[in-house]
Amino acid sequence: MKPSRSNSWSDPDRRLELALRAAASVSGCVVLLIVLFVLWQALPALRDIGLPRFVADADWRPTSDTQPQFGMLPMLAGSGLVTLGAVLLATPLAVFSAVLVEFYVPRSVAWLLRRLLELLNGVPSVVFGFWGLVVVVPLINAWQPPGQSLLAGVLVLSLMLIPTIALSAAVALRDDAGDLARSAAALGLDRGAVVWSLAVPRASRGIGGGVLLGAARAVGETMAVVIVCGNIVQVPASLFDPVRTITANIAMEMSYATAGHRSVLFATGLLLILVTGFLVAASRLLSRRGARA
Amino acid sequence: MAVLCAVAFVVLVSGCGTEDSGRAASRDEAVSEVSATSVETQSVRLSGKLTVTGSSTVAPLAAEIAKRFETEYPEVRIDVQTGGSSRGIADALSGVADLGMASRAMKTDEEGQGLIGHRLAVDGVSIIVNSENSIDGLTKQQVVQLFTGEITNWSDLGGSDAEVVVVNKAEGRATLEVFLNHFELKNEQIQADVVVGDNQHGIKTVAWNPLAIGYVSIGAAQSEADLGTPIRLVPVDGVEPTAANVASGRFEVTRPLLIVSKGEPVGLAAAFLEYAMSPTVHDLIKAQGFETVAQ
Repeated sequence: MKPSRSNSWSDPDRRLELALRAAASVSGCVVLLIVLFVLWQALPALRDIGLPRFVADADWRPTSDTQPQFGMLPMLAGSGLVTLGAVLLATPLAVFSAVLVEFYVPRSVAWLLRRLLELLNGVPSVVFGFWGLVVVVPLINAWQPPGQSLLAGVLVLSLMLIPTIALSAAVALRDDAGDLARSAAALGLDRGAVVWSLAVPRASRGIGGGVLLGAARAVGETMAVVIVCGNIVQVPASLFDPVRTITANIAMEMSYATAGHRSVLFATGLLLILVTGFLVAASRLLSRRGARA
Repeated sequence: MAVLCAVAFVVLVSGCGTEDSGRAASRDEAVSEVSATSVETQSVRLSGKLTVTGSSTVAPLAAEIAKRFETEYPEVRIDVQTGGSSRGIADALSGVADLGMASRAMKTDEEGQGLIGHRLAVDGVSIIVNSENSIDGLTKQQVVQLFTGEITNWSDLGGSDAEVVVVNKAEGRATLEVFLNHFELKNEQIQADVVVGDNQHGIKTVAWNPLAIGYVSIGAAQSEADLGTPIRLVPVDGVEPTAANVASGRFEVTRPLLIVSKGEPVGLAAAFLEYAMSPTVHDLIKAQGFETVAQ
């Protein structure tokens, strides 16, 4: 039933509705304005340099006087590989934690684990980055210098993704598969069968949504990767090679960039918006279908 | 979703943020100039707002000077923003900031556009290694070989048998330009293993990596080393990277720390500049590890 509509300002419900509408449109507009601003700033680069050169140029030398080059493939590869590695590493760990929290431990322990995951989710990324620099990087450095590498980025980032993926996987397991699991348990199926043959497959779309959400976070992550990835513009030949991600490139060069260089950086930002937006939309779509199935 | 987008692009937004606030400040500029010139005739009572942007090396010093200036003239507010030398020069040129800060010498085309660089102090750029590294001196030639990848193992220089990790600065940084100029290198020649942003990023990277070699501002490096950070400033061709050697001119990898103005400054900007160039602030300059300049 729809709430009755009255245009009178004395109706508190109507006033609340207007306030909510205003608040919602402000946050919607901000996102839209950011996208428009980035697009506007990126236009000169897209017009004067053009998309083909972003792919075709061999190097990234935006400030060269003689022959500026704007090849972005190495940084695309950097962002892609760091994200892929982190998602691959974090997903099993996160799904196992979610299963543990939902099915295997008493309620009080589950509560504690959930709070811990939320806490991990709230740790600022610069803290993860510094931790990576003083713990992870020296370990890798002792093995394969220079230490600041694709591997360091993957390890640190995967730790940051675990809570994101685990918390959404737990929600999917509870909401999409909770009833099914309880019915199956009531029929006398053992816990292993309930969890792995019924609940996890049933919640797989929701879990997939969580994984994509994690990937979106990984693509956009900046501070931690700047600190631990080494920031060399190259397509890495091994896990031990340093890489520069698109976000790291923007963070390192934006405040020093002028005119054309700045515009190119905005163009890469626009690309990031598109990728993140796509991942978030795909995540939504997956989770919603999962819930309906 | 909104939150995620916002997180991903916080960098972009902050990038524009500085510019926007700078623009807002330039509107205030007219006001500040009027009040400053009018009070100048009545002497001593300065008021208004001044925006200073630019080099991350100069900014901490400028902020200290500004703080002292504000205590002497309580009606003045000085806003010091960091953004790199290039931005400092661009902002001074466009009028977005009243004064710019740069940690490198002005280029001729910049001077041609009417910019004046006022030498506030001198800073050196020193080679640094981790304190575990046994190397106690390098020649200019060896530095070039290390950074261009001709020497890739510390044992070639009498150190332990371990790979060299070359730490370079990101494009556009003044320290990078000073380093490249002095060692007659092009950025493309450098075989870097790690690229860092500001001085602190460079110092932390070398402090946590026993194999690393990098270069940073002497002021920043010395104060960190004094605090016990495990880095060592390495003499090149026998010249110790100390403030005293920078002052005497023996240490050659130096750069001027400049306050940049478009034309001769007037009003509040002129008063602040005069204050910053006066011996009153020499203790602040020394405290930052920089050298003063004879006026």
